[in-house]
Amino acid sequence: MLGLGKKDTSLLLVVVALTMLAPFILNPFPSDSAMAQFNAGYPDLMQRFVIFGIFAIGFNILFGLTGYLSFGHAAFLGVGSYSAVWMFKLLSMNILPAIILSVIIAGLFSLIIGWVSLRRTGIYFSILTLAFAQMSFALAYSVLTPLTNGETGLQVNLDDPRVLGVSATADGSIPVTNLFGLEMRAAYDMAVGPWTFTFSAGYYVCALVMIAAFYLSIRIFRSPFGMMLRAIKSNQTRMNYTGLNPKPYTLAAFVISGMYAGLAGGLMASMDPLAGAERMQWTASGEVVLMTILGGVGTLIGPVLGAGLIKYFENIFSKINDTVLHSWFAFLPDGIEDFFVSIIHPFVGKGWHLTLGLMFMLVVTFLPGGLVEGGQRIAKAFRKKEDDKPKSPSTEPAE
Amino acid sequence: MGILEVKDVGKRFGGLQALGDVNLSVQENTCHAIIGPNGAGKSTLLNCLVGKLIPDTGSVMFDGNSVLGRSPHEINQMGISRVFQTPEIFGDLSVMENMMIPLFARRDGSYRLHAIESVSTEKELITRAEEMLEEVHMLDKRGMHSASMSRGDKRRLEMAMCLIQSPKLLLLDEPTAGMARADTNNTIDLLKKIKEERDITIAIIEHDMHVVFSLADRITVLAQGTPLVEDTPENIKGHPKVREAYLGETQQV
Amino acid sequence: MDVFLTQILNGLDKGSAYALIALGLTLIFGTLGVVNFAHGALFMIGAFCSVFLQRLLNMSYETIDPTKTDFLGNPAVVKTPYVESWFGPETGAAIIDWSVPLAVLFAIPVMIAIGFIMERGLIKHFYKREHADQILVTFGLAIVLQEVIKALYGANPIQTPAPDSLSGVAVLAEGIVYPVWRIVYFFFSVVVIGAVFAFLQFTTFGMVVRAGMADRETVGLLGIDIDKRFTLMFGIAAGVAGLAGVMYGPINAPNYHMGMDFLVLSFVVVVVGGMGSLPGAVAAGFLLGILESFASMTVVTEIIPGINQIIIYLVAIIILLVRPRGLMGRKGVME
Repeated sequence: MLGLGKKDTSLLLVVVALTMLAPFILNPFPSDSAMAQFNAGYPDLMQRFVIFGIFAIGFNILFGLTGYLSFGHAAFLGVGSYSAVWMFKLLSMNILPAIILSVIIAGLFSLIIGWVSLRRTGIYFSILTLAFAQMSFALAYSVLTPLTNGETGLQVNLDDPRVLGVSATADGSIPVTNLFGLEMRAAYDMAVGPWTFTFSAGYYVCALVMIAAFYLSIRIFRSPFGMMLRAIKSNQTRMNYTGLNPKPYTLAAFVISGMYAGLAGGLMASMDPLAGAERMQWTASGEVVLMTILGGVGTLIGPVLGAGLIKYFENIFSKINDTVLHSWFAFLPDGIEDFFVSIIHPFVGKGWHLTLGLMFMLVVTFLPGGLVEGGQRIAKAFRKKEDDKPKSPSTEPAE
Repeated sequence: MGILEVKDVGKRFGGLQALGDVNLSVQENTCHAIIGPNGAGKSTLLNCLVGKLIPDTGSVMFDGNSVLGRSPHEINQMGISRVFQTPEIFGDLSVMENMMIPLFARRDGSYRLHAIESVSTEKELITRAEEMLEEVHMLDKRGMHSASMSRGDKRRLEMAMCLIQSPKLLLLDEPTAGMARADTNNTIDLLKKIKEERDITIAIIEHDMHVVFSLADRITVLAQGTPLVEDTPENIKGHPKVREAYLGETQQV
Repeated sequence: MDVFLTQILNGLDKGSAYALIALGLTLIFGTLGVVNFAHGALFMIGAFCSVFLQRLLNMSYETIDPTKTDFLGNPAVVKTPYVESWFGPETGAAIIDWSVPLAVLFAIPVMIAIGFIMERGLIKHFYKREHADQILVTFGLAIVLQEVIKALYGANPIQTPAPDSLSGVAVLAEGIVYPVWRIVYFFFSVVVIGAVFAFLQFTTFGMVVRAGMADRETVGLLGIDIDKRFTLMFGIAAGVAGLAGVMYGPINAPNYHMGMDFLVLSFVVVVVGGMGSLPGAVAAGFLLGILESFASMTVVTEIIPGINQIIIYLVAIIILLVRPRGLMGRKGVME
């Protein structure tokens, strides 16, 4: 279907089902229960899941296929956000032109940075992209203040021209982002018994874009181009002596992944029309690396899983404070309760980054293939167990 | 005029004159062996032919065009394929994928952004890859992760990857080094078959004289960076200068 | 001329810090072949060694002084640091005043120990892994270390003042006034750099390490247990970064993310100097520090606003494009 193999089609369908049903899946707890704080089915968070999913899918095209580790991809996300906000200021609050411009500008930006950085390989490449990202951050934070509004960040204002729209709505407020009239913040609450499910227009726009982005990445993975990228990772010498020039291939991968980042940045601004320099910091680039690694580098579904998981845990872990901890361990005697709380305390709430860092180290050390590899290992272990059972003569030999 | 004309090529590394005034002419559809003791400059010469090194002096013409200053991938596109001493294959890819890449390189040139089409729809190329694998008796290994194969299989795969490009000139850098006798004989048979069936010129660097005398139409003996003699295998066998160059080495010249 | 000199001086302290961090990075990269993203965190931990010592020395017991009252009319509580009661008020106060320089003595064993633990516990398992994995695991470690410090000491910068006698300004020449502590920092870093070079130059240990940097396999073949020496080298590199951090406290109050801020720039320094070249790292460190100071002159920033914040990156990019090996890089190292 759609030019995909059987396996890829079912993978795509799973992703479609998960994203479309996310408002249900992510809200398993009744809204008045104590566990409701672990629901993740509200628009803001779901939007973040899919937007970072797009970012990670794009990053994986570069890092997963070619093995070039960029530490500067957040810069493209930031550029995308700034371009989108400028479109909201100058043209109209329609998100379509804004997103298109985000992708184009991020693409041009990554073409320049990629062209320079790809003259080197290995760690030199990583450090060059890192330097570029920090430079972009400094540019956005102070040097280019007229374009970026410096520390404060770029926002839409009442006195913006918006030539194809209106500067202010009838009641004198700033117009909201929309897609041909469909407001991004529009949402419909559905109450089923004690549960409440929220369907947000913004989330579904992001989700559809992510599905398209995911589909495109499957096509790239299965294309001759994708195969060439894996060949570059595997053996550049053989690549050269087979008559292939690795440079344009890596540059194309770099630009494509930069455009994905720009798309994510544009969507982010479309959901909430502001852009700040902190989005470009290299720690933000580190985050997308982590998402990709955690999910599984070079796998199709890995980056999406990684992005969702990290954003989910970030949200949940930051919410757990001492009161919550005490309520969890309330069944224990006081002394022991305090002991457990004080042990867990540094890892939750504001300590979320500590957990993140530890997770990073553990995954890189013990599970370099990420969750996908972990899943495969578990599946293999189960299969082995079944293999140990006496086989019926009709079973086909493995492989 | 041969298909490959090397004229007065010289190359220095610091104080070491690796090659000095090498002249070599390889005739079309022949097998030309380059032999010589260790350090004679055989590998340096080979690297000058494929663009890895640029000679300080002289010229290298292939099929009427200069190869000097061109990068390896351009030279490959001119029609020169190279087999390495230690096999260079795409270890992370399957055997079949290893075969597809040179086919794409031949059809689409050194770069093409075909990012949407699927590899699996390239039926014609797949058939050609399978035929080639059949020829080197590796079709049963088509799905294998190529890094996990034996060294002999890796060599055969690399050879197949070069041959499938139908190069005008095939460069072989000690293709049987470290091989068992049986494997060596298989390789000789394969190369003989290729020579008979295709229009192909082969230049081979080899230590194993059995291989050299089974395949070569002409032999150049290189010593200390300069060609000592160039002649037919029969005449090389008894040549006094060659004996001198190999004195102390246990080769059965 | 005065302006010129002042700018050079202004660049020296930052340049010293860059040079020291870059030196450690290069030692680790050159000997172990590992790109250590946690090196900035070591600099930061060094700075917090002096915070720790300062807190330790200021530990006090409380007594009630009936002769005085606080603003509520209650008897005043007087805090007396233990060191003052042990060594007498004057010596005790002097010890507290000199807590930053004293922290150097404290930091050396601590940092070397941290270096050992890091190398044996984590880095050694990554020698044979890809560079990307090394970058990623040390990046994770950097986050962990910085979050631990944040959990222990909070997110705000903590002042670690220089001793009173070293905290004023000195008049170096007519019209050139310069903080004394920065001069101290510069000479301190020169001494540390000199010590490292002398160590590598004149001891057999250093000789083996230098040989190992040039060709690890051959040295291994000679039957020398290079790994053990490299562990020590990692400890030394950590020590150098730590020392740079300890003494930097009075210039810039330590905070938990100072390591990351310095790390990126130090990487740029290493690359500009030439990966694997120790003199290159030192020279590039001072050079870029001074360059940054020139770029922040008002005359310059008036023409190109904000140039001081991006000048180092710009220079690095240009150098890498024109001279990919860096200023003093050796051929064949990580090309």
